[in-house]
Amino acid sequence: MTANGWFQFGFFFLVLLVCIRPLGIYMAGVFNGKYGFLGWLEKPIYRVSGIHEDQEMTWRGYTVAMLLFSFVSLLVTYVIERAQHILPWNPQHLPGVEPFLAWNTAASFTTNTNWQNYTPETTMSYFTQMAGLAYHNFFSAAVGIACAIALIRGIARRESKTIGNFWVDTTRACLYVLLPVCLVGALFLVSQGCIQNLHPYTVAHTVQGQTQTIAQGPVASQEIIKELGTNGGGFTNANSAHPFENPTPLSNFTEMFLIFLIGGALTVTLGRMTGSPGHGWAVFACMAILFAAGFTTAYWAEAQASPVLHGVNQHTSALQSGGNMEGKETRFGVMNSALFATVTTDTSCGAVNSMHDSFMPLGGMVPLMNIMLGCIIFGGVGSGLYGILIYVVLSVFIAGLMVGRTPEYLGKKIESYDVKMTMLFVLIFPLVILVLSAISSLYPMGLSSLANHGPHGLSEILYAFASTAANNGSAFAGLNGNTHWYNSALGFNMLGGRFLMIIPMLALAGNLARKKSIPPSPGTFPVNTALFTVLLTGVILIVGALTFFPALSLGPILEHLLLQHGVLFS
Amino acid sequence: MATMTYRDEELRSTTRVPGDSSLRSVFLVAARYTLITTVLLGIIYPLVITGLAHLVMPQKADGSLIVRNGQVVGSALLAQNFTGPAYFHPRPSAAGNGYDATSSGGSNLGPTSQALVSRIDASVADWHKIDPGARGPVPIGLVTTSASGLDPDISPEGAYYQVPMVAAARHLPKATVRALVKEHIQGRQLGLLGEPRVNVLELNLALDALAPPTAAAK
Repeated sequence: MTANGWFQFGFFFLVLLVCIRPLGIYMAGVFNGKYGFLGWLEKPIYRVSGIHEDQEMTWRGYTVAMLLFSFVSLLVTYVIERAQHILPWNPQHLPGVEPFLAWNTAASFTTNTNWQNYTPETTMSYFTQMAGLAYHNFFSAAVGIACAIALIRGIARRESKTIGNFWVDTTRACLYVLLPVCLVGALFLVSQGCIQNLHPYTVAHTVQGQTQTIAQGPVASQEIIKELGTNGGGFTNANSAHPFENPTPLSNFTEMFLIFLIGGALTVTLGRMTGSPGHGWAVFACMAILFAAGFTTAYWAEAQASPVLHGVNQHTSALQSGGNMEGKETRFGVMNSALFATVTTDTSCGAVNSMHDSFMPLGGMVPLMNIMLGCIIFGGVGSGLYGILIYVVLSVFIAGLMVGRTPEYLGKKIESYDVKMTMLFVLIFPLVILVLSAISSLYPMGLSSLANHGPHGLSEILYAFASTAANNGSAFAGLNGNTHWYNSALGFNMLGGRFLMIIPMLALAGNLARKKSIPPSPGTFPVNTALFTVLLTGVILIVGALTFFPALSLGPILEHLLLQHGVLFS
Repeated sequence: MATMTYRDEELRSTTRVPGDSSLRSVFLVAARYTLITTVLLGIIYPLVITGLAHLVMPQKADGSLIVRNGQVVGSALLAQNFTGPAYFHPRPSAAGNGYDATSSGGSNLGPTSQALVSRIDASVADWHKIDPGARGPVPIGLVTTSASGLDPDISPEGAYYQVPMVAAARHLPKATVRALVKEHIQGRQLGLLGEPRVNVLELNLALDALAPPTAAAK
């Protein structure tokens, strides 16, 4: 670890801190209908689609619209993939995508997971990437933001039947929040060397007389929304490690910043829309603590020399990054690889600029654990906020139990129905991960896909199920997911991880919106204090630790101990 | 606990508001909405970016290709294979069968993988074979595969390590080659971000311009 490394980390956090407040306030305005400067683009969309923008929906109406839109857009992407050979912008004449893979990919991108069981360069046409996959990068993010806003309204409103209009929220998230950043950001990425064209692949004749075919494509326009919308599906197989997706340290900084930007800003929006800015910052502080702890662990672990390599210079110096460079790029070194890995799994992004499967045992445990906590640290756009608000409700409930009073959250009584929905959300997640991982660890259909054996193999399986359930999409990519078992189990996980989480959350939003607001009393547990931040952090860690510690101790922790004794697996 | 009221206020009421339409009409809205937004964000948006990018920075938008004698020799951003002692070598590659720019990716071997340790041992042995005068341990970057398999850079340490090999093969003074490496070190961006690095293709092209490799060495 170097002073420069820590300085880069501090600089990253500072830039984030400065930018989230204005964006958070702006977003509160956007969803309160304060801005209309893009009305010329917004109104025609409503008119053509038959949307009544002034009519609000109950939580059920909101849920139905969200589900049907997800279903229809998933289907359209499936058709585009299958028919790409007769659609335009396919200069490599790639054939239509196989049905099962097409289905898995459409589900993956619709749920904001972006798990990829294929090599994009040789599978997807430019049209499929643009109109199918990048399209979902916009809309899975916009739907996430819309649902988070609906939950915030549920908390903020009193005795209200409705929580907003799904179509209006989604459209505004796209046009007023995502699109402007993408237009500027995509061109900035091109200025760093990111490619953006529709040419056939280039054949180069190398200096030593070989040929090298270079894959091309409209990368920058997709790269930017992939990070901003915490999607993470790579235009190329190597994802953000590929020099055409992430050419320089500055493009890398920009991409990490964009991954955190909206998730961070939504805490400000939460404070703003509920009239309790201090609460937004208390939630932000909890996220910041967990983020710093994750990064510190990953950076420390990756800067270590491996005890099993001989005749190799692993030292950190002014002339080389040193540490564990397997699966890492020179321009990023161990510091920016550890930081990107932490950022991409604190959120549900899942883009990678280094291969997590090749991390040191405890370095790889950080992304795994971040995902197991539910990708709620700044979080996926929208999904992170509603994920952490579930823990907030749980914390308030536990605090209420401790002092023996009816728990209240920002003036709303938390009652049996609310806690049931919260616990449904909290329990479904580890249940699917642990049960499916256990099945995969027992039978050849699960074990035959492993690239690494011993405890690292268990980590690969745990990572796959956690990543898909949390809609993260990054992988310990040695595991071959393109088998019948993994395609179906992981596909189920992605859909469940998205919709089985959103539905109880919207039900909670609808129930909270109906309630009366009661004025705070001396017995009310304040949610805008440092004490609350500590309690919330504790609840997240205890719930995560109790659920996943046994599995982690058999995976990365055991692997760490064995590595120190030089034990290898073949 | 006495004050706690556990009265379920479940949402059984059938109250509907005008915004909650029938399934059929929501489906129609969803279909029309998907189509119009696909045209807007799935087609028009990337085409606008493509147009603007080519207007302002066509060379970068097309992949930073390097053309020599009318032929594309590669991209400044992508590693290509170099063998023999007359050129600086990039890092080993796990992309396809090596440096395959249509199949990027890493090895995905974990830290306790016997396959990884054996592969690194073999790489160390290769370095000693190609450069019998090799001094001391091999820099980590030269024996590990990158994440993309197309890492265009090596660390300054990795470049300096190869100086005696290249200088001998080209009959150049070590100091000359060392100076060339030093000239090609890109520092941290904005003096702060990332790691110092040397672009292998650009360094080798500069080397060729300085002293063409002898037929024997090539």
